[in-house]
Amino acid sequence: MNDFEYLMPTTINEAISLHEKYGEGAKYIAGGTDVIVKIKEGKISPQCLISLRHLQGLDNIIYEKGELRIGAMVTHRMLELSPVIRNEFPVLADAVENIGSVQIRNVATIGGNIVNAVPSADGAVPLIALGAEVRVIGPKEARIIALEDFFIGPGQTSLKTGEILVEFLIPKLLSHTGAAYWKHTRRAAMELPILGVAVLISLDDDMKTCTEARIGLGVVAPTPMRAKNAEAILKGSKVDEEILKKAGKAAAQECKPRDSSRGKAWYRRDMVELFVQRMAKVAMERAH
Amino acid sequence: MKKVSVSFTLNGDLVTAEVPPNWTLLKTLREYFELTGAKEGCGVGECGACTVIVDGDAINSCIYPILEVEGKSVTTIEGVASKDGALHPLQKAFLENNGVQCGFCTSGMIMSSKALLDHNPDPTEDEIRASIAGNLCRCTGYVQIVESIKNAAEMIKQEK
Repeated sequence: MNDFEYLMPTTINEAISLHEKYGEGAKYIAGGTDVIVKIKEGKISPQCLISLRHLQGLDNIIYEKGELRIGAMVTHRMLELSPVIRNEFPVLADAVENIGSVQIRNVATIGGNIVNAVPSADGAVPLIALGAEVRVIGPKEARIIALEDFFIGPGQTSLKTGEILVEFLIPKLLSHTGAAYWKHTRRAAMELPILGVAVLISLDDDMKTCTEARIGLGVVAPTPMRAKNAEAILKGSKVDEEILKKAGKAAAQECKPRDSSRGKAWYRRDMVELFVQRMAKVAMERAH
Repeated sequence: MKKVSVSFTLNGDLVTAEVPPNWTLLKTLREYFELTGAKEGCGVGECGACTVIVDGDAINSCIYPILEVEGKSVTTIEGVASKDGALHPLQKAFLENNGVQCGFCTSGMIMSSKALLDHNPDPTEDEIRASIAGNLCRCTGYVQIVESIKNAAEMIKQEK
């Protein structure tokens, strides 16, 4: 590994000042499960790593009046084991319990997963379905961005120089809402997804009519995306097999997969069509 | 490169290391403390041969920045047996159930399963398998390893 300094500020302001001081050579590090690997592989060679692990108050999961706030330094393991997440937001548990190994999940943070912005990031897709926003603090301003607008391209986010993603804000869900995520892989563990599908559905009191639908898709476009055409088909409809099929087909059409070593584009489209339907069914079972 | 000082608890003893800030925990364990039980396999957090326990949680020491252990408690395979040399039930069980073949993955396997049993003394087979999903055995002796962990859980239950 290249030589670097390793700094451990305890406040966000201190972290941002250090980042300004070191300029180009500075790099924020959270759990480090991606950053250290990139340094070892010679892909990046920062002069100074600024650890975000000791910033106060960024490792909480707060569930208040239906709103959920997840600090950026919350690890995947904390989410996986959190009763609030398991009971109220099982769509997030679906995703995080299948990321990496226990050793990785004990260290890797949800903020780091999102900031790395790899197309295969499992954390992003269910958060998009949940309508998450991210709170960002930088040298000039603090701002809130919808997560779906946060990603610009593979490995690229709308974070400006020196900005830190500090927390995820998940708005209160409508009544009778359920959501589910499917990570499609060849084997059960230690695998990146061929694709990921998250579906959130809110139902009317009749438990049939869809009042809100949000569909997140991963690995089938340069960034995690929403399948808005498919959502429009579900919204306002009485959800049955016919409607689900239509929605699956629409999602398959609007996604933009490519051929890669993990899967061909045609296969990914077919699987989007299938899993949008299946996850919608699980979401409806979970709605209560 | 200028060295930095880091103090932490290592297998029950308070220690201080003077190492360059770009060292990992694994490098510090092996090259500063000469504890070579934790291995470097892949070096990028995939294989689990470097697994140690930090504050109760199994982690990959090959990608863990050394400065992050300041004030924490680190347990390696060298700290699993009691000070008088009596083996931990996991170590006994791995020996008795042929859980050890070439041995390269063994210390990581034992540290991952120790973290599991410390939190959950009566795991299901699925929980055992999930706990070692990040530990690769190239001899592919997984059946005996899972048997060893089950057997260790039994031994621990009987001790109580």
